[in-house]
Amino acid sequence: MTLQHRARNKRNGGKYALVAPATLMILCIALFPLLYAIVVSFQNIDARTPVGAFVGFKNYFDALRDARFWNALGNTALIVAVCVTAELVLGFILAQTLVSHLPGKRFITPLLILPVVIAPLIVGYTWRMLWDTQYGPINQVLGWITGRPVEIVWLANPVKVWPAIFITEVWQWTPFMFLVLLAGLAAINPEYREAAEIDGASSWQVLRFVTLPLVWPVMAVAILFRALDAFKVFDIVFALTNGGPGTMTETVSLYAYSVGFRNFRISYMAALTLILIAIVSVAITVLWRRMSANQERRA
Amino acid sequence: MTTSAVQSLSPTAARKRRQRKARAYAWRYALIAAALIFFSFPAFWIATIAFKSSSEYFRNPPVWIPANPNIVQNLDKVIRTGGLTAIGNSLIVTVSATAIALVVGTLAAYSLARFNTGGNNFAFWILSQRFLPPVSVVFPVFLLFRALRWVDTFHGLIVLYATFSLPFVVWMMRSYIREVPIEVEESAQVDGASRLRTIISITLPLASPGLIATGIFTFIFNWNEFLFALVLSRTNVITYPVKLTSYFGPESAFWGEAATVSLIATLPVVIATLLMQRYLATGLTLGAVK
Repeated sequence: MTLQHRARNKRNGGKYALVAPATLMILCIALFPLLYAIVVSFQNIDARTPVGAFVGFKNYFDALRDARFWNALGNTALIVAVCVTAELVLGFILAQTLVSHLPGKRFITPLLILPVVIAPLIVGYTWRMLWDTQYGPINQVLGWITGRPVEIVWLANPVKVWPAIFITEVWQWTPFMFLVLLAGLAAINPEYREAAEIDGASSWQVLRFVTLPLVWPVMAVAILFRALDAFKVFDIVFALTNGGPGTMTETVSLYAYSVGFRNFRISYMAALTLILIAIVSVAITVLWRRMSANQERRA
Repeated sequence: MTTSAVQSLSPTAARKRRQRKARAYAWRYALIAAALIFFSFPAFWIATIAFKSSSEYFRNPPVWIPANPNIVQNLDKVIRTGGLTAIGNSLIVTVSATAIALVVGTLAAYSLARFNTGGNNFAFWILSQRFLPPVSVVFPVFLLFRALRWVDTFHGLIVLYATFSLPFVVWMMRSYIREVPIEVEESAQVDGASRLRTIISITLPLASPGLIATGIFTFIFNWNEFLFALVLSRTNVITYPVKLTSYFGPESAFWGEAATVSLIATLPVVIATLLMQRYLATGLTLGAVK
């Protein structure tokens, strides 16, 4: 901060008072639970022994040997990888299609972003109906296309349940990517593209060397936020399959929820979720570093 | 002679260009049509279920357009099962929490934007709260609330939702406030306005598009929140997502009631989003880029 700047803000005595309420709320309501969870994860509190003794890292070691936890972790990673990628590609194609002038654009955009405002839980239940083997319209439409009755068991089949989950998740969140990328693409000065075209660049080259580098900062943040939220996926899977068939589609959040609130193994749940937080923090930090580095290299 | 050559050439060139343009439009419209069908069909389907009778949503092949619109009976069942009360609860919780988060968050954002209070680390500390999966903090929150006797109360959920909205509000509002030229504030202060007075009557009106966009998103996030409400409500303060799950038992599913509640709960959000759509796109990128 320059001296001049400092002089300008002479009357800044209130600056701590302004952040105090927010800081206090975060400390009491958000940070306390996290610290409490850390303490609890080193004890052995569960439904049978409500008073916990210190057990060190036992819960963490148990978690690392827990096949169901690894399964849930794999499922979560699969959902993050497949869905965020698909959402990015689809969202970008749609944003590219709609960024330049097009008659009717004003009415198309709000319809395309509709899924974002619908609660994930409602989305889960709605798609559960759509995928239904007998009463769902998806099998019916497939029947019209193939010309004979289709009775695919989507949600109870260990293989077919995955496309069902992916498509549902992609349906809900592609509009988010689309909206962010549309605003990002709209902010690019068209003169850059025109200059490249005059120099004889193909449309692929314009996309690769002009559009993508310019939209990258916005795109990176969109990927970050989507990945961060996809790691926590709970509502959609809860409503769609509740982790089934069996534990085939269980995510870490679902597993932790059932450990804590169905079996009341409180300490174990705390350890599971703390491992998840550690993984998310590391993954997001690495991802973010790499994406920021990319940005600097391209710039 | 040259002029006649140009004249004879140009209609062909113009026609070619027109054709190319038309083809490009056709491609774009085809793609958009496919996207529109994909992205609006499920919403259409849940709306039709709300109008169907129980014999119609369990029929094979599925009924696309209900023969006798049954929304009145479904609505009646929703009211009798407390669905409307749940939506009312959600409204109280969401509106209050969003209002508190906007006030508290904007004040903090102002301090961060103008004085860089606590530097980048403090801003990141606030953001890092968003890293926490709700499932990892919901049990300690439950214990805390039980000790305070806040379980199943309005103020409990309101404080909780307001707190968890803060990172988003602070980060968005910080970038919007930075856009407001500092000179405008200074001239107000020269005229003798206090800091708070300046914020309320100078800065906020100038940052109001950002405030609206932030408010809408905060409202949507809180309105749709499920896991905290699932664990922290019992009988008094059931929000509508928790109510939804009660329509799905292990053996039966009351799709008519669930769809009607979904429809009623989604409509206000959709309408608000349509009215505010021009703020939404700018809101998202500003928060992202800055």
